[in-house]
Amino acid sequence: MLGSRTPSGPEILPPRYARPRLLDEALALRHGGAQIIAGGTDFYPARVGRPLYDRDVPCVLDLTALAELRGIQDEAGCHRIGALTSWTEIAEAPLPAQFYCLQAVAREVGGRQIQNRGTIGGNLCNASPAADGVPALLALGAEIELLSRAGKRVLPLSEFIRGPRQIALRADEIASAVVIPKPKGAAHSSFVKLGARKYLVISIVMAAGYLDVVGSRIAEARIAVGACSPVAQRLPALEAALKGEVAISSLSRLVKPEHLAPLKPIDDVRASAEYREEAALTVVRRLLEELSA
Amino acid sequence: MNEVSAVQFSPDTVSLTVNGTARAYRGDGLRRLADVLRDDFGLKGTKIGCNAGDCGACTVLMDGAQICACLVPVGQCDGAAITSVEGLGGASRLSDLQRSFLAHGAAQCGICTPGMLMAASDLLTRSSSPSRSEVEDALGGVLCRCTGYQKIVEAVLDVARPAHIVRDGNVGARAAKVDGPAKLMGTERYGADGIPADALYVRAIRSPHPCAKFAPGNLEAFVAARPGLVRALTARDVPFNAYGIYPNIKDQPVLADGLARYRGDPLVAFVGTREAIEAIRDEEVPITYEPLPAIVGVDAAKAASPLHAGRDQNVLADGGVTCGNIEIVFGSAAHVAEVEYETSFVEHAYIEPEAGWAERKGDTLEVHVSTQNPFQHRDDLAQILNLPKQAVRLISSAVGGGFGGKLDLNVHPLVALAAWLCDKPVGYIYTRPESMAASTKRHPARVKAKAACDASGKLSAFWSHAELDTGAYASWGPTVANRVPVHAPGPYIVPHAKTRGTAYFTNCPPSGAFRGFGVPQSAIASEAAMDTLADALGTDWLDFRRRNALKAGDKTITGQVLDDSVGIVETIDAVEPYWRTWNNAAAVFNAGSPRVQQGVGIACSWYGIGNTSLSNPSEMKIGIAPDGRITLYCGAVDIGQGSNTVLTQIAADTLGIAASDIKLVMGDTALTLDAGKTSASRQTFVTGKACELAALDLKAKLAQVKDRAALRNMPVDNHGDVLTGHGRFDPPTTMLDEKGQGVPYACYGFATQVALVQVDLDFGTTKVLKIAAAHDVGKAVNPQQVEGQIHGGTAQGIGLALMEEYIPGRTENLHDYLIPTFGDMPEMICRIIEAPTQHGPYGAKGVGEPALISTAPAIFGGIYRATGVRVTKIPVLPHRLRAAIRAKEGTR
Repeated sequence: MLGSRTPSGPEILPPRYARPRLLDEALALRHGGAQIIAGGTDFYPARVGRPLYDRDVPCVLDLTALAELRGIQDEAGCHRIGALTSWTEIAEAPLPAQFYCLQAVAREVGGRQIQNRGTIGGNLCNASPAADGVPALLALGAEIELLSRAGKRVLPLSEFIRGPRQIALRADEIASAVVIPKPKGAAHSSFVKLGARKYLVISIVMAAGYLDVVGSRIAEARIAVGACSPVAQRLPALEAALKGEVAISSLSRLVKPEHLAPLKPIDDVRASAEYREEAALTVVRRLLEELSA
Repeated sequence: MNEVSAVQFSPDTVSLTVNGTARAYRGDGLRRLADVLRDDFGLKGTKIGCNAGDCGACTVLMDGAQICACLVPVGQCDGAAITSVEGLGGASRLSDLQRSFLAHGAAQCGICTPGMLMAASDLLTRSSSPSRSEVEDALGGVLCRCTGYQKIVEAVLDVARPAHIVRDGNVGARAAKVDGPAKLMGTERYGADGIPADALYVRAIRSPHPCAKFAPGNLEAFVAARPGLVRALTARDVPFNAYGIYPNIKDQPVLADGLARYRGDPLVAFVGTREAIEAIRDEEVPITYEPLPAIVGVDAAKAASPLHAGRDQNVLADGGVTCGNIEIVFGSAAHVAEVEYETSFVEHAYIEPEAGWAERKGDTLEVHVSTQNPFQHRDDLAQILNLPKQAVRLISSAVGGGFGGKLDLNVHPLVALAAWLCDKPVGYIYTRPESMAASTKRHPARVKAKAACDASGKLSAFWSHAELDTGAYASWGPTVANRVPVHAPGPYIVPHAKTRGTAYFTNCPPSGAFRGFGVPQSAIASEAAMDTLADALGTDWLDFRRRNALKAGDKTITGQVLDDSVGIVETIDAVEPYWRTWNNAAAVFNAGSPRVQQGVGIACSWYGIGNTSLSNPSEMKIGIAPDGRITLYCGAVDIGQGSNTVLTQIAADTLGIAASDIKLVMGDTALTLDAGKTSASRQTFVTGKACELAALDLKAKLAQVKDRAALRNMPVDNHGDVLTGHGRFDPPTTMLDEKGQGVPYACYGFATQVALVQVDLDFGTTKVLKIAAAHDVGKAVNPQQVEGQIHGGTAQGIGLALMEEYIPGRTENLHDYLIPTFGDMPEMICRIIEAPTQHGPYGAKGVGEPALISTAPAIFGGIYRATGVRVTKIPVLPHRLRAAIRAKEGTR
C-alpha cells in the first residue's frame, strides 16, 4: 500500500493488517482503534468493489490466531463458547439437548464453506436483523463476554444487540465468548426457519425455543423470533403461558396472536409485513409442536 | 496511532502449502486468498463469481475443509494447506472425481466446476459413499446456473464406479465434452483468466439514480491525486458513442452524455493500475447529479414524454399476427377463458461476471472477451472506435454462462477504448453488483390472453397482448416484441387469432435477450387459458392439449404449413404415464394431509429455431494440413451448452474420422467465419448444418486427391492447410407481412412438461417434487447434452416461477436475488423425442430455449390444482401465494 500526503499535513500511514497471537497485543491494537475481522464472512461481502480498508481505520485486527477465543467449554453452571468458534465446530460438538436449536442453526447458516469459517461471535457482532444465531442464543439465555484493556464486561445478549447493525461493543473491546447458563432440569430446544429456497437463504421468519423441564413441567421457557423486528425478540407473554405446563402436552394450542405483540415486521424483498406477521404465528406454533414432540 | 505502532505486526510473510508445494506470500495479509491464488500464484482454476460467499465458485480446501477463498484473508493461511482444483488430479491426469464429472456431463460452462469439485472432495474425505442428501448438503454452497445440478449429484454419487467416458462419439453418441478436461482441470481460460499481469484496468462509475442529469467535475484533478490512475474517460472520448443490436437502432452510449437513463448506466470511467482502480470509492468521484422523475412500468411509459427522441408513448416496437376473424368466433364460442399475468425482471445470473481485455497492436486492436456474439461485437467496436472492421480482431474466451446476457456489449467498449488511447493492455472484470446493475434482463411482461373453444373442445380463437418493459435502451426489445405474438397461442391449431407484442422504454435496466425471448412469459398466460378452457369443458388438461396440438400439415397462426418435423403429440404421449400416476398419487396424499397439498400441472410449448424472419446464416470451414490434421474453424461460441462438442461430432461423423482427431478453433474473428450469435437455439441447427456441409465439401475435395501422401506436396494457405471445406446455411424463412403472415422459422422445437408440486397452505411455500419433460429435438446429436439443457432450462424455469425477481438497487447480489440451489430441484425425468427436420444436420433442431418454456406454466397448473388459486404476479413468492390462499379461504 502506498502512503499519501494531505496538502499540508504529515504523511498518513497506510492502514495495516495484524494477526497477533497474544491477547494483550490484540487488545492494544483494539485500543488504538483497530477494526476487527474474524471469519471474514461478513467483512468481505461488505467490501465488494470497494477498498478493503475503510476510511480512517488505522488497522484491521484479525482475531483468528487467538486460540483462547476458540472452542466450547463445559464449566460450572454454564457452557462457554469462544467467540471464534465456527458453526461447523458447534454443529459437530457433542452438546446436550439444550443446544439443539443452536446446532440446527449451525447447519443452516450459509453453505458448508460459510459454516466452516463463520464464527458465533461474528454473527452476533454483525447484528443483522436476519442473523439466524440471534434467536437461538436469545432462547438459550446467552450472555456475551467483552474484553478490553480495562477488563471484562458481561452483557445479556438482549442488551448487547441494540438495533440493526448496532451493538454495545465499545471501540476498545473485543467480544470473547458467549456464555450459556445450564438448565435446572432437563432442557431441550428447537429451531424453525422459513426461507424462499433450500440452501444459502436469508430467513423470512425464524424462531427458536427452549424449554427447561423439571419433573414433567416446564420450569422455564424462552421463545425468540427473528427477521420480524429490527432485533430478534423474545415473546414474554408466551413464555409465561408455557411456564408450569406439562412439557409433553400439545403446546402449540397455547400460542395466541397477541403473544406476538413484540414483533414489528416490515416489507422487504423477501416478504410483506402482513405475511411475516401471519407466518411468524405459524412458525411459532410449529416450533412448539417440535418442542412438544 | 502510538498504540498501534507499538505492537509487533505478525506475520509479514505468510507461509502456506498450496497443492502440496510450500509457498511464501509477502504482502498485505488482508487480501483475499482467491486473489492471491489467481494473481500471485497463477492458479486461475479458482474462479471468482461474487466475492461475497454467495456463489461458492471460489471454493478451495483449507486444511481439508471447504472454504470460500473470497472470504479468507491470506494472512489466515499462515501454516495452512490449501488445495485448489489444480491439486486434484494433476497437470495431465484427471482424478476419479473429475473423470466421473466428465462421464456424466456434469460440467456445462464449467465456471462453477472447480468449486463443485472442491466441495465434493471435502465431502468424499468425510464420507466415502455419501447419500444424495449428503451430497446436496455438502455442495449446497455452490451455485450452478447451467446444469440444474442433476448430473453433478449423479457424478458425485457415482465416483466409486465412474461411468464410461465416450471420447470419440459420432452423431447420436453420449460423447464427453471435447472441452471437458480443460474445464475440469481448471485450465480453461474464461474472460478474466487471460488478462496479462501487466495490464492496466478500467472501471466505470455508474449512475446510482434511475434517471438523472449529471455533470462530471474535475476528473483530471481526481486522477492526479491518486497514484496509479492514468486517465479518466468521458463521453467526449468515445469516437462514435452509440451501439445497439439493430443496425438502425444504435441508442445505447458507451458512456452516458449528460443523462443517465437507468441505475447502472456508465457515466465516466477511470484507467489505472489494478490497485489504484480498486481503491476508488464511487462516492468520492466528483459527479453532480440532478435526479429526475423516473419512468417505472409500462403504464408510466405510455404517459411520459419520450426517453428517446421520436418514440411516441415510449414505444420501441409493436408487432402482431392476425388470422381469421376472432371477433365473430369469440361472440359465439362455447367457452371463453380470459387471463392476465405480470412477470418481473429476471437476471441471467451466469456465475462468470463479464470480463475481458484488449490490446492495441499498432493500427489494430485485439479484444478478448467472454461473448456470445463475436462478429457483431467486432463490428460494433469498429464503429465505436471509428476503425475499419479488419482493424479489430475479437477472440472469444471460454464463456462462463450466457443465457442471452452476453449477446450485448459489456466490458468490450471500455477495454477497447482504453487500450486504444493508452496503448497498453487494459482489462475489466465486472463485480457481481455491477454485473447485475449494468446487464440486460428478461423483459417484465404484462400478458393478457383470451382463448375460446367450441363445445367439442376444439380451440377456435386466441387473442393476446404482451406489454413488455424494455428498459432504458433498445437492446433486443424488437426481437422479443416480434417473437412473442408468433408463439402466443402455444403449439395448437388455432384458426382465428390476433396477437400482439409491444415494448416500451422505461428508466429500468435494458431488457434484452434471455433464453426464450419473451416466449416463457407469454406461455404462462396461454397455458393457464388452456387449463381454464379444459376445466370449463370438464376435460382432462392433457387430453385437451393433445386434441388441439399441431400435427404435420397443419397451419400455424402465421399461415405456415408445418412439414413433418412436428413432435408435440409424441411429447404429450411420452409424459402421459407420469401425468396419470402423479395425479392419482397426489389425490391419495391430499386426502391425508389437509394443510400440505399436492397438485400436478402440464404445459406444452413450441419454439421457432433461429431468428424470426431474418436471415441468420452460419458459415463454417474445415481445413486439412499436409500431415492430415483436421481443424474445425468455428465462429460459433460455446457458452456451456456444448456446441464445441456437437459440432465436432457432426464433423467427425460426416468426415468418417474420430472426433479426437479434430482440432477446434473457436470464436476468433481473424481465423473463423461468421457463424452468427449463440442465441435463438440456433447453433446445433444452423451452424451444425453449415458444419455438415463444410465436412461434405472437404470430403468431396479429398476424394479428388490420389492418397493422403499427396497432401504433403500441396501448397498451404495462411492457416497452414492444404484443402478447406466450406459450408454455409441460412434457414429458409420469409418476411412476415403486415398481418404477421409468412414463414418465420424453418422448424420448431416442441415440448411438454408435467410438474408435481407440493404447497404448504399456511406458508404459501411451493416445492417442486417431480418434473417429467419430453422434448422434440429433431435428432439428439448428443443425448447427454440434450438432457443437460433440459435440466438447466428447467432449473431456470423453476427460478422464474418461484423466486427470481430483480429489483434495481435492492437485489444486486446473489443473496437477495435468489436462483435455485441443489435443494430446490425436483426429481427429473427426461424423454427425448426425435421428429427430424429436413433442414437441420442429421434432422437436428434446437433445445436450449425450449428447455425452459414449459416449466413455469406447468408449476402454476400444479399450484392451482393444489390450492385452487392462481397468483397472477410472477414469481409466486410465498407471501403472494399465501395472500391468494387466504383470500380464497376467507380468513386471516
